This record gives sequence, structure tokens and C-alpha cells, in this order.
Amino acid sequence: MSTSGLITPAAASGSSSPSPAVSVRGLWKVFGPKASSIVGSADEELSPAELKDKTGCVAAVRDVSFDVAPGEVFVVMGLSGSGKSTLVRCITRLIEPTAGDILIEGDSLIAADDKQLRELRRHRFSMVFQHFGLLPHRRVAENVAYGLEIRGDDKASRQARAQEVIELVGLTGFENSFPDQLSGGMQQRVGLARALAGDPDIMFFDEPFSALDPLIRRDMQDEVMRLHNEVGKTMIFITHDLSEALRLGDRIAIMQNGRIVQVGRPDELVGAPADEYVADFTRDIPRSHVLTMRWIMRPPRPGEALDGPELSPDLIIRDSIHAISQASAPARIVSEGQLLGLVDRDDLLVLIAGKPNA
Amino acid sequence: MTSVMAPALTMSRRRIGLGWRIVGLLVLWVALWWWLGGQFVLESGVPAAAQDWLQATVSAIGDGRLTNPLFIYVFTPITSALNGVYNGGVWLTQQLGWTGMTGIGAALALMVAGWRMAVLTALGMLSFGVLGLWEQSMQTLVLVAISVALSVLIGIPVGIACGLSNRFRRLLMPILDTLQIMPSFAYLPIITLFFLIGPPAGILATLVYAIPPTIRLTDVGIREVAASSVEASRSLGATVRQVLTDVQLPMSRRTRVVGINQTVMAALSMVTVAAVIATPGLGQAVLGSLQILDVGGAFNSGLAIVVVAIVLDRVISAASRRAGAHRRTGRLRLTVWGSAAALVVLGAALPAVLPSTAKWNSAWVHPISGPVNVGAVWAKEHLYPYTMSFTEWVTIWFINPLESLLLNTPWFVIVAVVAALALIVGHWKPAIVAASCLIGCALLGLWPSSMVTLTQVIFAATITMILGLVVGTWIGRSRWADRVLRPILDAGQVLPPFVYLVPCLALFGPTRFTAIFAAVVYASPAAIKIVGEGIATVAPNTIEAARSMGSSTLQEIGKVQLPMARPIILVALNQGIIYVMAMVVIGGLVGGGGLGYDVVKGFANESYAGTGLAAGFAIVLLGVMLDRVSQSAGRVRRTSSHAV
Repeated sequence: MSTSGLITPAAASGSSSPSPAVSVRGLWKVFGPKASSIVGSADEELSPAELKDKTGCVAAVRDVSFDVAPGEVFVVMGLSGSGKSTLVRCITRLIEPTAGDILIEGDSLIAADDKQLRELRRHRFSMVFQHFGLLPHRRVAENVAYGLEIRGDDKASRQARAQEVIELVGLTGFENSFPDQLSGGMQQRVGLARALAGDPDIMFFDEPFSALDPLIRRDMQDEVMRLHNEVGKTMIFITHDLSEALRLGDRIAIMQNGRIVQVGRPDELVGAPADEYVADFTRDIPRSHVLTMRWIMRPPRPGEALDGPELSPDLIIRDSIHAISQASAPARIVSEGQLLGLVDRDDLLVLIAGKPNA
Repeated sequence: MTSVMAPALTMSRRRIGLGWRIVGLLVLWVALWWWLGGQFVLESGVPAAAQDWLQATVSAIGDGRLTNPLFIYVFTPITSALNGVYNGGVWLTQQLGWTGMTGIGAALALMVAGWRMAVLTALGMLSFGVLGLWEQSMQTLVLVAISVALSVLIGIPVGIACGLSNRFRRLLMPILDTLQIMPSFAYLPIITLFFLIGPPAGILATLVYAIPPTIRLTDVGIREVAASSVEASRSLGATVRQVLTDVQLPMSRRTRVVGINQTVMAALSMVTVAAVIATPGLGQAVLGSLQILDVGGAFNSGLAIVVVAIVLDRVISAASRRAGAHRRTGRLRLTVWGSAAALVVLGAALPAVLPSTAKWNSAWVHPISGPVNVGAVWAKEHLYPYTMSFTEWVTIWFINPLESLLLNTPWFVIVAVVAALALIVGHWKPAIVAASCLIGCALLGLWPSSMVTLTQVIFAATITMILGLVVGTWIGRSRWADRVLRPILDAGQVLPPFVYLVPCLALFGPTRFTAIFAAVVYASPAAIKIVGEGIATVAPNTIEAARSMGSSTLQEIGKVQLPMARPIILVALNQGIIYVMAMVVIGGLVGGGGLGYDVVKGFANESYAGTGLAAGFAIVLLGVMLDRVSQSAGRVRRTSSHAV
């Protein structure tokens, strides 16, 4: 893959640790007749339209590989039809992948038989769905405890655990309601609680907030971030909404036509898009909200004053404006006692307003 | 501009072409009739081979009844078991007496459907006594109960299997489709062949007729369950069985109840029709009166059937409306349980306390036969001159010419005409099926009867469609008309076909016209409702656009609503024809003749058993032919409009 060179280890989130929580290796999903014969043949390089014409097959996921570190929030983002929903279903084997492997904390999911797969689903990972997938004939508490019920926990312990999780997601007082008596946001809290109840290590989110209106969506994003800070789960999050991806993701993978075209931290995607497609995507994102000092610092010019305020290279530009505009000298970007570069008021204005002659 | 106009022009040219081709076909047919009329005509029983063979088979099967292991180990035990269950049920109703049964009926209605339905049920039960038909009503209820219980017991597991397995579904659906278009009369000869006449055969025929909705809606229910819920359950590690019991079954409950409702109503209608194979109950009472042209008696028993139908329909629909709600409020309330128990105890204990209530007092019997007969005599004097001359007029000007056209045209010309018609409106597949079905009728030696039945179906279906289009458009356009007519149409669809024969016979006497009239009355509600739905669902903004261009009401209907509703209108045509066919065949009992009469003759006289069986097959063939031809029109139309 041409983008592999751009994958930078996210040092901040510690993904360089030796054993990833989830590791996806050369994953393919091809729908259609004789799907498995496509992978590994010359046809796998065909464009989607050519593949459809020649073989009648649709490759929804093409040779996808990535690692997710424990405790990381990894976002897969793409437009509808890019294959992201199929990808997450393949990773959880709700859809059988055509080729490739998935390692959950080192154990191969592909090698698991039905029973082992069920055990993994019951204990190690869980999923939150776009359309909630609640059981309308069960009360909130029974919905939350459902996963515990099917894995055979006894009634007292699952009731206690359900109550715990209900409090955690802020549903206290709604235990005895039925799902259709709740708003969309509240219903998704039930979905979230249900996924948390089994205390999995890894949580998958398939566009969980797309069906909610914007204000509620923001609330729920904050909720997920709060939960992530509190319970520290590894999260793999699917979305079509770039601002959501930038808000939540430690790292983001951008998908197009079943392939991952770029993986990186939010500032890497905005600051160094791998191709036209990613650049197009990120065009409307205010760069000052995503990029850090590292992206605009420059070497000192001769004779420049070096007594400005000291800033971290990972400080987001938006958050530096106050310090830089108050200072009389350019800010010094310092990491571990070493001067990396300078940023002054003009540098900020050029970035915010766009280059004058562009 | 021209390039935009071109497709529209060719489209309208093709549509005119279709109409002209059908007219041309009919003209050609009449010309051939003129030229060859009376030649190459098949007599009844020609060729005789099929019927002779069937007659021999019937005798052989009859002879084997005591020796053949299939009978000894399968059919006879089933027959005796069903007989036992039936007799046990009837015995139970006798032990409980009218007070006990009324108490139980009201208690059941109270538990599933509330107080008002309990009162309705009690009144309904009492009315059986008042009409003097207590025993027959209980027999009918026992038969319906057994048939429905068997349908549910078999239908739900089969429906679940269909819902879970695509392969099983593909295997079963064509069978169910065929079962559902079959007129009820078609099953009877085959079932009696193995299970003789009487309650067991009646129960089995009812089972076959009534089970499809339960299977179908159990399947649909499971497939309709939100994919997201199934997926969520799987993602939590549920087994296939856990997904079924925790998600798919509870979430499809409502749809399943709707299926059982339809099964109950279908069972009632079949149990009454099964009177022709000596199944006891209210149907037998109607049939007995019809056979001696006792209009009053037939009205009396017909009214009891109407009461059963209305009570069952009301109670069941109220129950299914509450089906979802109960889960919410938790368990049934204690007062409801208490009241229900009290009703049962009261009913059972009343005879002990008040010995005069042990038997239904003959002083309380007030059948309506007397007054109806007085009315019938009056009608005979004052209405008959009009209805009879109307009947005669229709018979001479419409029925006779059409029948003579069908009877006197060489048989292969008719086969060719039907095939050509199917080819014009559809394509070659239904044309081949239709032609094969007709050739089958000829080979069975039942050509004349088939043509008599076909005449009545064509005539009745035409009138049904005219009514359907006119009244359907009306209720589709007018909220007021919809509100007034819909309850009547709903009630009309609830009643078993048997009931319709009674007033028709009273008005027109035993003629072919009676069968046609009954068929129109029976089939119209379905056709009207479907057309109405089609018209009502035409997008209001399209109508608004047409109106803004200055369309008159007639232009609005003719150029916008009817064309846009065409796919649904073709569904109405198909359904109308199936309903008409079902009733025309039963009309053989009241002078309609044709295949229905042949079937009944087969039950009545053993030496005609082969003919009766052949007639059953011919009904199946005719039914399939009519269904395929009318359905193919709809299919092709829809696909071609997509292509454009």
C-alpha cells in the first residue's frame, strides 16, 4: 500500500507498545459469485467498476491492515459505500471475511470455531450499533443485562451489574422504561450500557450517533470520551462525520472504495493529506483547530528576539493565539529543553487566513 | 424536444396496440366460432379414459381400506383419532350445557379482549339457543377449535423453519401459493378419498385451507424483525436458538397473531362449506335447508353463522390489538382473573341451583324461519316477477351467448385463444401453463362443465371489476364514502361464502344467475377495497399538479389516478377472479351447474366418484389458469414501466 510510509506511530497514545489490542492483517471482503477466488488473483487490482463488470463481484473491503493499541481510540472514517460498516462487521465476524486475519489480543478470530467466537463476543469485545438494535419487548434494565443473561450469569449478579452500568451512562430512573418510551439519545445510552455490561476489553462502534440530531450527537460524543477516560477501553469507532472523527480519534483511518488511503493522527490528516481525496475531505476543517505548533514553526530568522513565551510543539494552534498575540517576541517552541523553532503573529495570521497569493 | 417526446409517443402507440390486439383476438375467435361452431366439440365424459381410471382407482382405494397398510397404519388411525377428539369435544359441550359454555365463552373473551367483548360473546352464544341451533353451533365451534389448534400446532413450527431457512421457504412457498388460490371445493374429493366423509375429513380439509396464513405470517414476522436487533444479539454472543427465542419470536408476536386470526376466519368458512362432505354443524343446517329450498330455514342457520363470524372476528381483533399492550402493564389484573373465574363457576353451577336452566327451554326458541318464510312468500308474489324477468334478461342476453360461444367453439380454438391472450398481456410462460391447464380439463373429460364454470367466472369477474373500479375509485377519492362503505365491506369479507348463497337463492331461485350474483357479492368487497387503496395511495402532489393544469374530475381519474394505480388494480383483478372462482364453484349447489355440481354429485353418488374427483382436479387446473393469466398481466406491466 502506497500510504504505509505515512503511518506514524502515535507516540502520544502509546501505540508503540509491543502487543496491539486488535490487529487486522490483509483483510478482504468480496461479495458475489466465487468471491474467494478474486483475492490473490490479478483481478484484485481492478477498479470497483471493472471488477463488477468482469466477475460480478463487489469488493467491499480490500486488503485492509492496521493495529490498534490497548486503550487507543481508533476511528475508521469514510463516506457511505466506502466499506467501513462491512469492515467493522468483518472484524467482529458478524460478516465472514473472504481473506485475511484478525487478532484480538493476540488470538486469531478467524481460527475460532462457533463456540470460541461466542465466548470472545461474550467476554472480550462488544459492539454499539447505528440503529441501536434494542429489544422492544424488554425493559431498559433487561436490555442492558441481555448479554449477561445469554452468557449464563445468575440473575442477582446481572441485575447488580446492569444497575452499575445504567448509573455509569446516566440512565438512572429509566430502568423500567421500554425502549420506545425513550428518545433516540437515551436509546443509544441503553445500547452503550449493554455493550459495557459484559466488561469487554474492546468496544466497536458502528456509526452510533448518525441517527441522532446534532446537539444530542455532541452530548453523546462527550459521553463516550468521558467513559473512555473512566473505563479505559480500547475503542474502534466507525463514522462518516469527519468532525466526529477528529474529536474522538487518537488515530484516524480514511477509507475509500474498500481501501484505507491514510492512517494518522488528526493533525497529520489535515496537515499532510496523502492524496487529493483526503485533501478534499479535510478542506473545510479549520486548520487552526487541528494543527499544532509543530506544523507552523520555522527556524529563527537572523536577529530575531528569542525571549518570547515558551510553548509545546503539540499545542493546538487555536489554543496558542492568546499567548502569541500578547507577547512582544515570537513564541519559542521547545521540547525537552531544546528549541525546535519559532512562531509569531504573522505566521498565525497566514495560517488562519490562508496564504495571500494562493 | 423531439427526442423527449419520442418515448412518450411510442409508449402510447404500444398501449393502443395492446387493446387492439385483444379486440382482434376476440373478433378472430367469434369468426372461428361462426365458421366451425358445433364441430370438434367435446361431449361430457369424452374422453372417458381419465374418469374411468379415476373411478377404478376410487374403488380400488375403497377396497383396500381394510387391507392396505397405508390405511391400517396411517389414514384409519388418523380418522379415528380425529373422530375421537371431535366426539370428545362435543361431549364436553354437552356436559357443560348452555350455561357452562356461555360462561366459559364470556370468560375467555373477558380475559383476551375485555368486558364489552365478553358481553358480545355471551349474547352471541345465547342467540344460538334462541335460533334453535345450539347443538349445531357447538359442533361448528368444536370443529373450528380443533382445526385452528392443529393449524397453529403445525403452522408455527413450519413458519419458523421458513423464516430461518431460505431453502425451505423456496420449497414451501409455491405449495402455499397454490393452496391459497384453490377454491375450497377442490380439496374435498381427494380428502374424502382417504378419510371418508364426516368430521375427520372436514377437519383435515379445513386444516389444509386454513393453515397457510399462520405459516406465511409466522415466516413474514420472523423476517421482518429488525436486522439490527438480530445483529446486536449475535454480537453479544447469542446462539442461533437464543436469537430465535429472545429476539425473533418475541418481536414477531404481533404478526403471528394476525396470521392466527386469518386462520380462524378461514377455518370457519371452510368448516361450513365442508357440510357437503357430511361435516356436521351450522353448514349442514344451511345445506339441508338449501336442498329443500326452505329459505326461512336457510336464513335462520345462515344468521347463526353470521353471528359466529362476527363474534369471532370482533373478539380476535380486539385481542390482537391488546396483544402488545399487556406486556406493558404486566400481568392480567386480579379482578379480570377473578371475574373470569366467577363467570365459569356461575355458568357451571347455575343448573344445580336453578334446575329449570339445565336444558335450554323450548319456550325460548324463536327461530326466524317463520317470519322469513312469510317474507319469502311475499317476495315470491311481489318481487319475483321483477327479479325473474331480470334474471331471464341477463341469462338470454349475456350468459347464454357467452356460454354457447365457449361450448360451441372447437376446444382447441379456445385453448389457442386463451394462450394467445396470455401471450398478449403477459409472455410465453403463463401462456404455456394456461394452455396446458385447459388441455388438462379436456383430457379429464370435463370440457362442457369447465366451460360452464368458465362462463360464469368470466361474467362474474367482469361485473366484479366494473364494481371494483367504480366503487373503489369512489371510496379512494371520497373520505366520506370510505367511512360509510368500509365497515360494510369489512363485514362482507368476514362472512363465509356459504352464507351468501341464502339471500341470492331467495331472490333468484336456483339458476346459473344465482351463482354469478353470489360470486359478485362475495368477490366485490375485496376488489373494491384493493382498488380504493390503489387510488388513495396515488401521490397527492401528482393530483394537485394535474388539477393545477385544469384537469376535470374525469380527466383526473382517467389520466392520473387509474393509470398510476394500475399495478394495484391488476392485483384486484387477480384477487377478484380467485374469489369469484371460489364462489362460482360453490354455486354449483344452487343451480350453477358446472364443475362444482360435478364435485357434489361425486359425494352423493358413488358411481360418480371418479367424475367428482376429476372435477376437483379440473377446478385446480382452471384456478391455476385464471391465476397465471391474470397475474402475468400485472408482472409484465410493472417490469416494462420500470424499463421505461
